[in-house]
Parts: sequence; structure tokens; C-alpha cells
Amino acid sequence: MAERERKLTPPRGGAFVPRVQVLSAADVHRALTRIAHEIVERNRGLEDVVVIGLQTGGVPLAYRIGQILGEMHGGAHVPVGTLDVAFYRDDIGIRPVLPQAATEIPGDLAGSVVVLVDDVLFTGRTIRAALNALSDFGRARSVQLAVMVDRGHRELPIRPDYVGKNLPTRFDEQVDVSLEGVVLGDVVPR
Amino acid sequence: MQDLGADGIAAVLRLSDRFVEVAQRAIPKVPALRGRTVATLFSETSTRTRLSFETAARRLSADVVSFSPTGSSIAKGESLRDTVETVAAMGVDCFVVRHACAGVPAQVAGWTGASVVNAGDGWHEHPTQALLDCATIRQVLAERDGRRAEDTGTEAFAGLRVTIVGDVAHSRVARSDVHALAALGASVTLVAPGSLLPPSLAGWPVAAATSDLDAVLPDTDVCYLLRLQTERGAGAFVPSLREYTAGFGLTARRADRLPEHAVILHPGPMVRGVEIAAEVADLPRTAVLRQVANGVAVRMAVLFLLLGAEEVPADA
Repeated sequence: MAERERKLTPPRGGAFVPRVQVLSAADVHRALTRIAHEIVERNRGLEDVVVIGLQTGGVPLAYRIGQILGEMHGGAHVPVGTLDVAFYRDDIGIRPVLPQAATEIPGDLAGSVVVLVDDVLFTGRTIRAALNALSDFGRARSVQLAVMVDRGHRELPIRPDYVGKNLPTRFDEQVDVSLEGVVLGDVVPR
Repeated sequence: MQDLGADGIAAVLRLSDRFVEVAQRAIPKVPALRGRTVATLFSETSTRTRLSFETAARRLSADVVSFSPTGSSIAKGESLRDTVETVAAMGVDCFVVRHACAGVPAQVAGWTGASVVNAGDGWHEHPTQALLDCATIRQVLAERDGRRAEDTGTEAFAGLRVTIVGDVAHSRVARSDVHALAALGASVTLVAPGSLLPPSLAGWPVAAATSDLDAVLPDTDVCYLLRLQTERGAGAFVPSLREYTAGFGLTARRADRLPEHAVILHPGPMVRGVEIAAEVADLPRTAVLRQVANGVAVRMAVLFLLLGAEEVPADA
């Protein structure tokens, strides 16, 4: 789930006020291209690779990575899926949790190399939920994690494999990621 | 059902799309409600509703305890209130209540802090049935347009012609469905012998009520059949089952009068040969089993909304 939406969910919500543009659209594209190359390098090709974007923030990034991977390999088709982890979160009952969008996993994941894609890596709890969710779709050979922004403040022993940008932040700051760029800002209570 | 409104119905349908997808997974189970306990309290016979709720709760990883009046302390003379409070003291998060008397679920809700779901109370309401009917209709309408249900809202209900046939007077399903469908903008026609129509249509947001089924069939998009509620004395309101079938049963000949796209629904249990002919019950346009499948998804959505999504501490 996109971190921004999580914070904006009532009743805790507020308005996102942008402060600094950290990456431009071109920077984001370059970072995704580099990540795609790193994926190929690490896995010595694209065999069994499935890219799965976390709803909702990771999905456009995942599709873009899948597209770049395909172009690199002469139009090869790289399966891209989406995953909503709402039902696997550990904060159900603590804050309002609602699924944001569809889960579409291309086929059985048994034996595949899953590259999870999310926009912002923060506490790591979304990724924990995603790992649990993935195990219900078959036993992947390995799971790797790609994020556009690693902003620190981990609460679980989780580490990304591919990072677009390491961005030190205050806990109460907010990072907005899209294909149009990365913006650091604050949430102002309404 | 009236309290939920069109937006509430649409929200439940959107959420149940997620659970329709969960049901298609290799492992159709999510840990969302781990550690929660759901108690089913059914004082009327029921197969599908009870199993549907229990399946829904289990697919959300909640624990299920169930009891019925026979074989429980109610048979020993304990009042319903004491039973509910006893079970609640064991740490139950949600009661699913069916009772022969209208208003019992609302009363149970006053006795306990746990969530209460009405699984049918007397002639009054059966809200989750109405929700799953709406989910099924939405699915069928979306597929007819070559779209996926999850990509559509509830706009296709506007102007939809729904005909509800049968024992309307004794049917909680009809009451809930009429309110739900009317809230979504559908135009509902009730068809029944005069003795089985409600004594007054005040408070029923329906377009028309008639006793002439054959006249209505060609202008029907959704034909909703109800069972004759003989356990509520409906048998006394018709001269004989044969005569009821002759006037109001959906025979193969009548099914042919429906427009080609029309879908046939029935809340179950079906009595073949009375309100629906056996060969009609097996037509591809009869979506009864789909209703049952959607029932699990819709009840998962309802349980998740009550136990998972809405509980927010005051300081958050």
C-alpha cells in the first residue's frame, strides 16, 4: 500500500504538503532502468523472473520495470503482477485497513524468482505482509525486493535488494513517489 | 438494509470483489482475522447461510463457535439474553444471529459489545442475502457487457427491471432485496397472489405489485423467485401448491417468455416443481449457485468490515 495513502486514510489523515523535489521524472526513469539492469545481472538473465508490484504505489513502478526488462531482452515478455497485502497486515484492528486494489498474480509462483516492487520502504511491515501473502501463491525459489526510496526507520529485519534512492527522513515526514518524481513533504492535519 | 444506503452497498460490493479473488487462489484463506472468534447463533434451521458464514469466517482465519437451541442451554430453559451474555463472556468478537422473531439481532446487539450480524430475523430482514444478490446481479450485468465486475460500480442497477415472484408477505429476503435494489436505483415489481402480497405497500419502495406473472415476464431483466414459506403458514394462503405453481411457478414455458438476457435468481432452498420447474433450475441463466459462491465473499466482506477495518482506537 502506498505510504502516502496510508497516512491520508481517515481519521489519522491530513493533507500532503510537498517541500522538496528529490528526484525528477527523468531521475525516476534512470533509477528504474538501473534497477532493471541489476535484476538481470543478479539473476543472470530473466529466467523465471516475475515482477510483482505492491498495491498501490508499487504497481506503476513494477509495470515500468517489466517494460524496461522486456525492451532489454528484445521484447521478451516478463510477467508482471499486482499484490494487495491488506488482509495480511499486522495492524488490522489498530488502524483502518481496507484493500486498495486488485491482486493479480500471473500463474503459480512455485519455482519462480519474485521481484517485489514498492514505492517506499519504511518500517518494513508491508513487506512482511507481502512475504506472507506470497507464500499462499506457491513456493517461490527466491524473493527479491526493489524499492524506489528507502527512507529508513525499519521496525523489522528487512533489507532491499535494489534501491532507487536512499533518502534519510524524519519519522513524521512523508515521501510521495510516482513515475513523475519523488517529493519529500509533510502531512498537515486537516 | 435501509441504513446502509446505496454508498454502503457499493462499498461492500467493492470489498467483496477482493474476496472473490481470494476464493480463486490455490490457498483461499487469508490471515486477516486471526485470533478473532465468530459465534453463530441460529435458532432456525439453515444450511447455506450458516455454512456460508462459517466458511467466510474460516477463510479469514477467524475461529468459529456455533450453537443452536436444541442441544444447548436454551433447551434447559436459559433465556436468550443469558445465553448470549455467557457466550460473550468467553470472548466472542462477533455474533451471527438468526431467529424466528423480528428484531432479535438488534436486541442481541444491545446486550453485548460484540458485533452482531443479522442472518435473518423472522419476516423482517436478511441483509447479507440482499447484498449477495446485488453482488450476483452486478457480476452478471458486468459480464454481459464483457467487463469484469470489479471494474464496474453500481450504475448498471439504474432502471434495471427486477421482478420478485412468490411469497413476498412472509419473505425477509424480499424485504431486504427490495430496499437494497431500490436504493441502487432498480425498479422492482412484486408478483404474488393477493393473499401473499404485503397487506399494504407503504414503506415498500416498489414500482408495482401485481398478480399477473405472465404480463410482467417480457419486461423483466432479473427474475427473482421466492420459496413458499410453508413453515410460516404460507400454505394456508394458497388453495394448493398445484394451483400456486399454475399461476406463479416459473415453468419452462414461462421462462421462454423472459427476454434472452434475463437472469433467474433464487435465495434457496429451491423447491423444484413448486416455484421453479426442475428444468428451469438447471438453465445456464439460472445463477443460483453463483449466488451461493458470492455469499461467502460478501459475508467475508461484512465480517472484515465489522472486525477488521473499522475498529480504530480513539487516539490513532
